[in-house]
Amino acid sequence: MNVQAKPVAAPAAVSTPGQGAKRPVPVIPQDSRLRKIAAEVLPPLLILAVLLAVWEFAGRQPGATLPAPSQVWTQSYDLIVNPFYDNGGLDKGLFWHLSASLTRVFMGFSIAAVVGIATGLLIGTSTFAMRGLDPIFQVLRTIPPLAWLPLSLAAFREAQPSAIFVIFITSVWPIIINTSVGVRNVPQDYRNVAAVIRLRGPAYFLKVVLPAAAPYIFTGLRIGIGLSWLAIIAAEMLIGGVGIGFFVWDAWNSSNLTDIIVALVYVGLVGFALDRLVALVGRLVTRGTMAN
Amino acid sequence: MPAFLDISRLTIAFPRSPVPVLSDVELAIEKGEFVAVIGHSGCGKSTMLNVVAGLLEPTLGGVVLDGREISGPGPDRAVVFQNHSLLPWLTCYENIKLAVDQTLRGSMSRKERHEWILHNLALVRMTHAKDKRPHEISGGMKQRIGIGRALAMKPKVLLMDEPFGALDALTRAHLQDQVMQIHAELGMTTMMITHDVDEAVLLSDRIVMLTNGPNAHVGEILHVDLPRPRDRLALANDPRFINARAAVLEFLHARHANPALEAA
Ligand SMILES: Nc1ncnc2c1ncn2[C@@H]1O[C@H](COP(=O)(O)OP(=O)(O)O)[C@@H](O)[C@H]1O
Ligand SMILES: [Mg+2]
Repeated sequence: MNVQAKPVAAPAAVSTPGQGAKRPVPVIPQDSRLRKIAAEVLPPLLILAVLLAVWEFAGRQPGATLPAPSQVWTQSYDLIVNPFYDNGGLDKGLFWHLSASLTRVFMGFSIAAVVGIATGLLIGTSTFAMRGLDPIFQVLRTIPPLAWLPLSLAAFREAQPSAIFVIFITSVWPIIINTSVGVRNVPQDYRNVAAVIRLRGPAYFLKVVLPAAAPYIFTGLRIGIGLSWLAIIAAEMLIGGVGIGFFVWDAWNSSNLTDIIVALVYVGLVGFALDRLVALVGRLVTRGTMAN
Repeated sequence: MPAFLDISRLTIAFPRSPVPVLSDVELAIEKGEFVAVIGHSGCGKSTMLNVVAGLLEPTLGGVVLDGREISGPGPDRAVVFQNHSLLPWLTCYENIKLAVDQTLRGSMSRKERHEWILHNLALVRMTHAKDKRPHEISGGMKQRIGIGRALAMKPKVLLMDEPFGALDALTRAHLQDQVMQIHAELGMTTMMITHDVDEAVLLSDRIVMLTNGPNAHVGEILHVDLPRPRDRLALANDPRFINARAAVLEFLHARHANPALEAA
């Protein structure tokens, strides 16, 4: 007798609720979307309002050295409402200063990304390169960005490439280090799979190592872009020309404190946007499959 | 004449450890045979499988597969790893495709390979999830893709290292039944590591019992003379099943009790 075909009779006592009559689908009350957004947005707005109020109060005390928010609004009104004006020279709206700075960051960071990922892949794969380069990098990466500026100016003799070099040298280290860690940490499981199907050389590198290291690489890029933005503001203060860093310095020289405050708000917002942008690209590229 | 898969005088010592993990392991597996290797945790089961897979070099002795001494890993010895080892950035289809493209490029056209991948997805009943990524499917499904990937390489021998060890009892039973069905269909030579006595008796033609390590070796080999197809419900009360089970349990718990538990 074929035992597999034998049907197993269900015990009669077991009832099967809801099979005959249609069972009503319970309606689970859901939070409205609006409420969710409010829950996200309200707390920071509330805290912001409190902080602004404290600042306003402090700024109105007699002998206060810094302007209150209301003063910032009235004194820098033109700057705030019109970021696109261009009166020639350095007298431009904040949009132009920011875009000049972003262009530098974009160039320096792109070079850093290419060089950093390539070097990181090399270090990650070659023990010799690792032994030789790692100690050097560990020393170089502790040098503050601005310390490179004089040397960079001496080498390039121009402001623009010097600034780009400072961006590059600031952001390349975390990219190199994270990439090489990613390559070294390709899980043994994946290596075994590749070994069994005899996937080797460039194909192994492209199909296993690079995707496995991608989350690490994007961590490096994210740290790198943050450092770039920190470095460019400082570098531009010294170098001059159009750029948000020099704008701040210029405003300080003409004692325009309210302009500085407006500029700092923009610097913060742009830095935040850059960080989120790289994180977003990372999420898209690694398709939400970080590590597992 | 040597057997299809012939493990002879296999000794494996890891560096910086004076006593070998396995010593003088002898095992001959015939073509189409399903062999389970059982033993206490840490006795060297995975080590043994890794040597057959070519992922580990033996210290002494060797493995001959189909008349040729193995050296290094290769697709003729496909491995199903305990933790599925699917590449997370590839879909189920792409995971199998990577293996198929790499191993059967020379013998199949692109279209044939595509059909072959779909065929293997169907074999492990995973067609419905072919475009899902590993993190979107359950542990049992991942393991099925792992099995599908291994079979898709057209291996001479299928090596499985505790393939169902991480699964819950119901899923495990389900996958065991599927593996039995596939084995009935394809008749692939299989070496499966397990620590589950019921699983060993239910699935295999022979059960190889390893003694405790270090210096572990084949302590006993039990022939499981149960007719196929086997049905777990019917076998539960079958005296032959019960006797086989008892024999393995006796070996593991009476004669070669777990040293770690003894000490505790
Ligand atoms: N790479 C290694 N180096 C040193 N010792 C190892 C290595 N891999 C495994 N071992 C040792 O070999 C023994 C057997 O391991 P393993 O084959 O994984 O056992 P099992 O799979 O039977 O649980 C264990 O005692 C383990 O500590
Ligand atoms: Mg093991």
